[in-house]
Amino acid sequence: MTPPVLLTLVLLLPFVASLLAAVLPSNARNAEAWLAGSIAVTGFAAMMWLFPHIANGGIVRQEIAWIPALGLNLVLRLDGFSWLFGVLVTGVGFLVVLYARYYMSPKDPVPRFFAFFLAFMGSMLGLVMSGNIIQLVVFWELTSITSFLLIGYWFHLAQARDGARMALTVTGLGGLGLLVGMLIIGHIVGSYDLDVVLTSGDTIREHALYLPALLLILLGALTKSAQFPFHFWLPHAMAAPTPVSAYLHSATMVKAGVFLLVRFWPVMAGTDEWFWIVTFAGLATLIFGAYAAIFQTDMKGLLAYSTISHLGLITTLLGMSSPLATVAAIFHIANHATFKASLFMAAGIIDHETGTRDIRKLSGLFRFMPFTATLAMVASAAMAGVPLLNGFLSKEMFFAETAERDANPFVNIALPLGATLGSMFAVVYSLRFVHGVFFGPRPHGLSKVPHEPPALMRRPIEILVLLCLIVGIIPGITVGPYLAAAVVAVTGPDTPYYSLSVWHGFNYALAMSITALVGGVLLYWALHGYLAKGIEGPPILRRLKGQRIFERIMLIVTSKWARRLESRLGTRGLQPQLFLLFLFAVGTAATVMIGRLGPIELSFAGFDPAFALLWSVGIVCAVAAAHQAKFHRLVALVLLGGTGIVSCITFVWFSAPDLAITQLLVEIVTTVLILLGLRWLPKRVEDLRDQVLVRRARFRRYRDVALASAAGLGMGIASYAVMTRGIPEGISEFFLENAYALGGGTNVVNVMLVDFRAFDTLGEITVLGIVALTVFAVLRRFRPASESIPKPEQQRIQNAFDTRAPERHPGDTVNEYLLIPAVIMQWMFPVIIVLAMYLFLRGHDQPGGGFAAGIVMSIGFILQYMAGGTRWVEDRLRILPLRWIGSGLLLALVVGVASQLLGYPFMTTAFQYAELPYIGRVPLASALLFDLGVFSLVVGATVLILIALAHQSVRSPKAGRRQAPIKEPEVSPDAPVELR
Amino acid sequence: MELILAIGIGVLGGSGVYLMLRPRTFQVIIGLSLLSYAVNLFIFSMGRLTVDGAPVIGHDPVDPGLYADPVPQALVLTAIVIGFAMTALFLVVLLAARGLTGTDHVDGREQP
Repeated sequence: MTPPVLLTLVLLLPFVASLLAAVLPSNARNAEAWLAGSIAVTGFAAMMWLFPHIANGGIVRQEIAWIPALGLNLVLRLDGFSWLFGVLVTGVGFLVVLYARYYMSPKDPVPRFFAFFLAFMGSMLGLVMSGNIIQLVVFWELTSITSFLLIGYWFHLAQARDGARMALTVTGLGGLGLLVGMLIIGHIVGSYDLDVVLTSGDTIREHALYLPALLLILLGALTKSAQFPFHFWLPHAMAAPTPVSAYLHSATMVKAGVFLLVRFWPVMAGTDEWFWIVTFAGLATLIFGAYAAIFQTDMKGLLAYSTISHLGLITTLLGMSSPLATVAAIFHIANHATFKASLFMAAGIIDHETGTRDIRKLSGLFRFMPFTATLAMVASAAMAGVPLLNGFLSKEMFFAETAERDANPFVNIALPLGATLGSMFAVVYSLRFVHGVFFGPRPHGLSKVPHEPPALMRRPIEILVLLCLIVGIIPGITVGPYLAAAVVAVTGPDTPYYSLSVWHGFNYALAMSITALVGGVLLYWALHGYLAKGIEGPPILRRLKGQRIFERIMLIVTSKWARRLESRLGTRGLQPQLFLLFLFAVGTAATVMIGRLGPIELSFAGFDPAFALLWSVGIVCAVAAAHQAKFHRLVALVLLGGTGIVSCITFVWFSAPDLAITQLLVEIVTTVLILLGLRWLPKRVEDLRDQVLVRRARFRRYRDVALASAAGLGMGIASYAVMTRGIPEGISEFFLENAYALGGGTNVVNVMLVDFRAFDTLGEITVLGIVALTVFAVLRRFRPASESIPKPEQQRIQNAFDTRAPERHPGDTVNEYLLIPAVIMQWMFPVIIVLAMYLFLRGHDQPGGGFAAGIVMSIGFILQYMAGGTRWVEDRLRILPLRWIGSGLLLALVVGVASQLLGYPFMTTAFQYAELPYIGRVPLASALLFDLGVFSLVVGATVLILIALAHQSVRSPKAGRRQAPIKEPEVSPDAPVELR
Repeated sequence: MELILAIGIGVLGGSGVYLMLRPRTFQVIIGLSLLSYAVNLFIFSMGRLTVDGAPVIGHDPVDPGLYADPVPQALVLTAIVIGFAMTALFLVVLLAARGLTGTDHVDGREQP
């Protein structure tokens, strides 16, 4: 297997395993742990196997094209530095899985835990292996989301929910900033490829947009790494299960921020802005975090603040912009991961075995669990920076860097002083952790007697502590080559000489170390009394609660401001919304058109009085319809039909027979449809009070008239301007020239619909089918109650007449209504069917086609309903519109897919002419089958819509059914046609 | 000819927009229909006006200049059908709103 392919596998495996983990049964703790563990080990082994390829500055790259035109490709890239992170993610990941197997209680739903865990691991690997900076942001956000899920794993606890939400909000905000920052970098460099970006350091630093890009990228990095002032989310994230904390807050999630800083260090560091912002954000975090850690009473809280402080240390180092400081930063990233992961696990074990993490309740645990205690003490010593442990080495490097002379006297004092102070605090909280928990009198008030955990649960800690020791004692042989590979990847070929030995002689750094150690011990001794009182939170700063500020801001932004904006700018009324919409549309069109329209010459060439007369009718109909629509609905509907006929004739006039046919038929169906709906609208009587308009209403009406006139004027001018100009070279010629040659039909419009652009048509008939089903469903569920509208006056009069006459039944008059037209309508049924078939069959060569035929067919059905009444038709004719719709869509799809099965692109058509006896040459195109599908669907959809509306009246009153019983009239020789 | 059609399109569109801004659902549905006539004719007019040139060709190679532009026609044919579907859907929503709220005001309640 080649290294690039292996890289892809390493990235994909955790995600695949995550899906697998999610579907395992909820009590499969062992299976889950085996799965997750083997994935982590595989990743780790792959990393180790890849090491020779990336040592000495090598890069393994895998590029999978996605949208090359936009520079968006999936690029996986492994160099020494991302390799280091890959090892941390998979290595620590494996140990955490092992630990979690024993930590998670059988009651916890483990599939969810391991699924999230694996997804997080995959996201983290994707983040460090990204070779494209946009892709990096995507994985960055994925880590935010998966960590949100992990922190909120125990979602029944309010604490976990709040902590998760806060972590997501803060890091998500940073992620947004990061995305914009990356887009700016991409704009500056001209590429999103990380390799290109990494070689463009000077371009980026000298660009005018450097500062915004820097600030946005720092926003991302500092929020993720919980740097001051965004540190407050991390302690609240401690509500997560301890394995999650051990993983996220030692080796992975929070390290992503410093990963980003190191990744962009070669191209962004070295400027004053970088130095001041990064160094002092880091230094403030270092001191504040350490100070706050001293006064925590929760073990995990203490470790959380300690993590914040150590990340501050790394950030400070990166801010200093010297290659040696960066070496120290990278080294400390690895060291911190080892000792902090082990400490979190130790805290989890103590929590597990004693039932509490409160330092005030715990003491003297050494006698119960000497082995765990020893391990925790060694790890704490590494955290405090005691010699012969790994923490000491990187801290010495840190001291040495801060002691470097700088031109600025403030920096000369602040950096070494801050570093020493922070380290002193680190000694204090480490002492508190060890002394408070493991020494002193026996604890009392614990819910259970503590004892050593299962050996395998302790094994991860043992491995990590062993690493702390060997790295601390013999750094050169153990970690040297790996660190060198990581450093070369960042600082490039001119990497300075650095020494990893434990002893550097007497120098500033050693003096600072000794000061911090001794000072820390003395300070702990001095603070001992105060700490024993067990007051939560640091003095002075206790009141400054990040969480409360955060909640306050969230409340203001998401509730107060949102509400105010909504009340100022929002409206629930449809009219103002539509008004704004039209205003915007008219305004946009006007700004585009004004000044660019060019000269418009009025020409009266080809003026035809008949056409002018036609359109004067159309215009009068439209305006009158607009005027009458409020009080005289039927009149407005008739006028609307008039306008429709005019536009239909216009289509005939200007050589569009297909359009004219379709328009005419749709006109009929629409009118019937609206007529059926009219029955259900409340009666609106023209009232004198309405004539005296309120001033506001009158103003609104004038305003709407103005806007409507502007819109109409714009449409008119635009269409006139286009119509009087020459036609540019377009695609129309292609269709005209090839309709017969390629589509086998002479009606170009129909050939386009069923052949060239059949995919569009498929989409369109799908929409039609969906609409029909929606109409059906909506009417079933929300139909107006029958009693909400009284029976129409006409029906009441007729029924009263029927009741009075002794030989008549109520409803007879209605049935006899329009008797002769009804007979004709019934006779027309076969004629209409033939017409539909005719239109359908000629469609490919002459005006017609599936649409038109379908609507004609449905009109045939509707006429039967109108003539005979709903029940009469349905007693004789079973129309199953849903089947028509389904089979039509299926047929259209099958025709499309069939061409694919034969090796042609989707929707390719074939045609042939066949000689049939007596009939002659008949065109046979597969497009005809497609058109048949269209036909069937149109019939089904139209009939379904109309029937659904028609059934409204039938369904309504049960009493009405009794009034008009279904009675088959006796067939007599005088009445050959069945009528009711 | 062009001028008459342009005026027609303008008046249809204007009447449609006016009706769509009215408060009663029936007015809006009529307005929507008028506006779709106007828009269909507008799109159709983008192919310029041709008399006696229906795009129905013979079997021999043709001169495209003699025929009306088939592309806007195909687009409008689709638009007519979709317009029908829209009218139907809107009508049913109108009826449902009427059934649920008891009024035919577009906001589901009479304005004060």
